[in-house]
Amino acid sequence: MNNVEAAKGYHLMTGSNPYLLIILLIAGALVFALTPLAIAWIWSRKFSPPKPGATKNAIYECGLESKGDAWIQFKSEYYLYAIMFLIFDVEAVFLLPFAVAFGGLPVGGAIAMMVFVLLLVEGLAWAWQKGVLKWG
Amino acid sequence: MDEGLRSELRKQGILTTTLEELYNWGRKNSVWPLGFGLACCAIEMIATSMARWDLARFGAEVFRPSPRQADLMIVAGTVTKKMAPQVVRLYNQMPEPKYVIAMGACAISGGPFKQGYNVLKGIDRYIPVDVHIPGCPPRPEALLHAFMTLQRQIDEQALTGAARPRHLHADAPSEFNVPEYGAHDLEPSSNAEVWRPPSVGEEGALAKTA
Repeated sequence: MNNVEAAKGYHLMTGSNPYLLIILLIAGALVFALTPLAIAWIWSRKFSPPKPGATKNAIYECGLESKGDAWIQFKSEYYLYAIMFLIFDVEAVFLLPFAVAFGGLPVGGAIAMMVFVLLLVEGLAWAWQKGVLKWG
Repeated sequence: MDEGLRSELRKQGILTTTLEELYNWGRKNSVWPLGFGLACCAIEMIATSMARWDLARFGAEVFRPSPRQADLMIVAGTVTKKMAPQVVRLYNQMPEPKYVIAMGACAISGGPFKQGYNVLKGIDRYIPVDVHIPGCPPRPEALLHAFMTLQRQIDEQALTGAARPRHLHADAPSEFNVPEYGAHDLEPSSNAEVWRPPSVGEEGALAKTA
């Protein structure tokens, strides 16, 4: 069988739309994936019915009684830690390629990098002056 | 299906089964125990799960840190009265169907500490126990034997009919009473739903007085 005949046979199989085969494959894959899930769901409805209760639904699961609410709030002051982390983390990420390419860098690139680093240094100075760097 | 026909077919190389058998076969070979030990028996339980005794051969090596993912509670060790409410609460938090192995003399009766003021005289006073293992502590082989016994029990569980397990009865409670600390003892001192004091001497004489 030569290529032309093979292509004809392919077109006969899929009809006129070349995407039909892909759609068929997607449908097959969906059936293949969803059928076991559906069977498991139906089976569990029949032979493993949910039996909720006060203890079973408790939030804590180490045997002790739950005290208080799970929806506690974090202190918003943690944003300072996030900013400090960002300053050093982002700086390190950009400084490494900067250092590698330093030899072949044009003047414009070096100035742009200096501006960037100075911006971050400004952030650090701001945090320093605000007293964030004092621990304890 | 008739047993004779079944074994005849089996001889011809035709395997017949039912959905129930298939389900139970899968279930019994994938029991996930709750990772929790109370005393020295837990060391034997850990040994059972390790390479030398290898509980994984029975599909039960996945010790879960959360009761919500566990099928089997191995009560391994002395249950003190302070610990008993926590054990019952953990049992309540396990999803159905769930099973309990009471491992060792302490878990089944209080063991050498039976006379102690603070030791529960058997966890079966509060939760239904499927397999009891005697011994102090039982060797890993004993736990393996208990586990195989449990597998046989699971294998024989009917999913329909009057003998079906508790969780398939719609009106059966899903949780067991969690005892509370009283002035001198846990209150109540046992759960009448799962445990009755053994009658001594004349049949029912103790039940009358109690």
